[in-house]
Amino acid sequence: MAYDYAKHIRPGKLPHIWCPGCGHGIAMKGMIRAIDACGLEKNNTAIVSGIGCASRLPGYMDYCTLHTAHGRAAAFATGVKMARPEMNVIVVGGDGDGTAIGGNHFIHACRRNIDMTYIILNNSIYGMTGGQFSPCTPTGAKASTTVYGNPDPTFDISKLAIGAGASFVARGTAFHAAQIDKLIAEGIKHKGLAVIEILDDCPTTYGRRNKFRSVVDMMKRLKEIAVPVAAAAKMTAEQLEGKVLTGILHQENKPEYCEQYAQVIARAKCA
Amino acid sequence: MAKKVALLQGNDACAQGALYAGCTFFGGYPITPSTEVAEVLSIELPKIGGKFIQMEDEIGAMASVIGASLTGSKALTATSGPGVSLKQELIGYACIAEVPCVIINVMRGGPSTGMPTGPGQSDVQQAKWGTHGDHATIALVPASVQEIFTETVRAFNLAEKYRMPVQVLYDEIVGHMRERIEFPEPGELEVINRAAPTVTPENYKPYDTSFGDVPPLAGFGTGYRFHVTGLNKAQDGFPTTKAEYVDAEERRQISKVEKDEARAVIEKNEEYLVDDAEVLIFAYGSTSRSARYAVNELRKEGIKAGLFRPITLWPFPEKRIAALGKKVKGIVVPEMNLGQMNLEVERVVKGTCPVLHLGRVDGEPLNPGQIIAKVKEVK
Amino acid sequence: MSSPKAKIEVIERYCKGCAICAEFCPTNVLEMDAFVVKVARPEACTACMQCELRCPDFAIEVHKL
Repeated sequence: MAYDYAKHIRPGKLPHIWCPGCGHGIAMKGMIRAIDACGLEKNNTAIVSGIGCASRLPGYMDYCTLHTAHGRAAAFATGVKMARPEMNVIVVGGDGDGTAIGGNHFIHACRRNIDMTYIILNNSIYGMTGGQFSPCTPTGAKASTTVYGNPDPTFDISKLAIGAGASFVARGTAFHAAQIDKLIAEGIKHKGLAVIEILDDCPTTYGRRNKFRSVVDMMKRLKEIAVPVAAAAKMTAEQLEGKVLTGILHQENKPEYCEQYAQVIARAKCA
Repeated sequence: MAKKVALLQGNDACAQGALYAGCTFFGGYPITPSTEVAEVLSIELPKIGGKFIQMEDEIGAMASVIGASLTGSKALTATSGPGVSLKQELIGYACIAEVPCVIINVMRGGPSTGMPTGPGQSDVQQAKWGTHGDHATIALVPASVQEIFTETVRAFNLAEKYRMPVQVLYDEIVGHMRERIEFPEPGELEVINRAAPTVTPENYKPYDTSFGDVPPLAGFGTGYRFHVTGLNKAQDGFPTTKAEYVDAEERRQISKVEKDEARAVIEKNEEYLVDDAEVLIFAYGSTSRSARYAVNELRKEGIKAGLFRPITLWPFPEKRIAALGKKVKGIVVPEMNLGQMNLEVERVVKGTCPVLHLGRVDGEPLNPGQIIAKVKEVK
Repeated sequence: MSSPKAKIEVIERYCKGCAICAEFCPTNVLEMDAFVVKVARPEACTACMQCELRCPDFAIEVHKL
């Protein structure tokens, strides 16, 4: 049976604004399947975003949706979650939004380990503004502001999240579409800050400048570079050169922020 | 029964006023000279099941406040000049998305780091124009510890009533001053709660002007689903670039504060010996305390001086100042900046009387002697 | 020739012609025709669902038979 995405999408909002071949739609479908699999109630689920192509995603979703300012999604979401810990809070945004202008909010959400699911759609470019390089644009790549090749080193978002204290970190790709919902569902079920990085592509502003003939070429690249963590364990360093690990990269149990604050309340009431 | 009294610092009074108003969320970041507001609320809010969070930066603090308010909480942040500068982005967000919240600005000198432990009144135009784009502003300027309490309560009331950010600006002198305060009994001061939607969730639109120019705001997690964005939006909350929607929404968001009926509610001033005054002193915050002393001294000398003290600074009391400008020989505007509110006074009196500015920015308060000397310059 | 395992429905209004579905269909069921996907060889469909999963535009529904 075809999957019933429509029951999660606001009537009349499709087709979405994303360009032909943009992986954001693939990730959005994965997110919908995950929300469905976890049985999240629409009225009790907030989907929060910043600014950029990926951040337009909540507008399509028939949930409590909050499209905030550039980079600020995690901080708005923290306010929502603190004020109503019973709500499920999902943050969605792009690599520039999350790790450049929003980098501080991102790492501190990870550090607090607040029970939210942060989905980063990493297309390694600022798409909405026309293809300027982001912290995730590969060194040497062409962007509208790096026509001579990008001099900047890149962030590994998943490593950044692990280092900052997120207790669940996973990575998938738009090519491996069937895996996306499973990773996000595991993240939603996890108690604590779950980061799910989805590698996808911007054929319009990145692909064209970087000698990808089409999004199909870009999807083939995702297929080639992705190595599941289990498979990677059996591979040599040379074999892993240029590859990207996918699957659940990190998971641990540690104190969750709202629960910690509930203890503060308990102590204050006794004081 | 005698009222509960205390010797309280201004920042503490602010925190107590917030609690009286029903504040249940504080998001902040440490900054002098406002930090005591956060410290007190970090102790008091959890006692009532409220939430205090120290965020990673000023912008995050403002974001958390807006997020919490969207779930129905009365939410507060407190900061000072550099923090207010950082918050401007999201003060604009709260304006366009129409999210109630209160921002306390304990004013120090500036620009930039300036004089963190010294007083200033140089953020008063920033309060009006700090965030980009056209928007209405409500800013209150209490002048005593007692008034910080009552004006913080009123700030929450106006934020909830008009569905917008409200700023409370007081200078470091009042913020750190300790004075006797009488705590109002519960019910003594009006406390306004957010209007709830009167329609079912299926029929709810967050900007539905058929309910007036301040449409009810539902809370996330209360059974209502809707979209909130910082983009120009139509009445259903979804982004639009349609000229007629954008224009109507922008104008509504300003007129809901600036129209006469709203001004009658929002504006609040104190007039001291103004009726027969020949020279008017326009002063707010701690400067108004020196000005009141100056008025008394001048009267002893036979000079008919009067004090106009705005308690609501924005929207500006345009009509009253214009009327007084036609009656007096001149208006003196002492303030701890190099010329900000005098521009507004000049604008509204339209040359009907001279406006003399008296500025001080060396970290010391304006004293009555300086004000008296300036008043005597009015011919 | 085996019978198709699924009926593929294309919502043409949503299709933006990216060709991901056609390119990665393991049994070449789909083809692009003037920037819209067309079900060219329905009988070859194995109902693997990959086209539906990978369509970024909610434009393909695979109904298993």
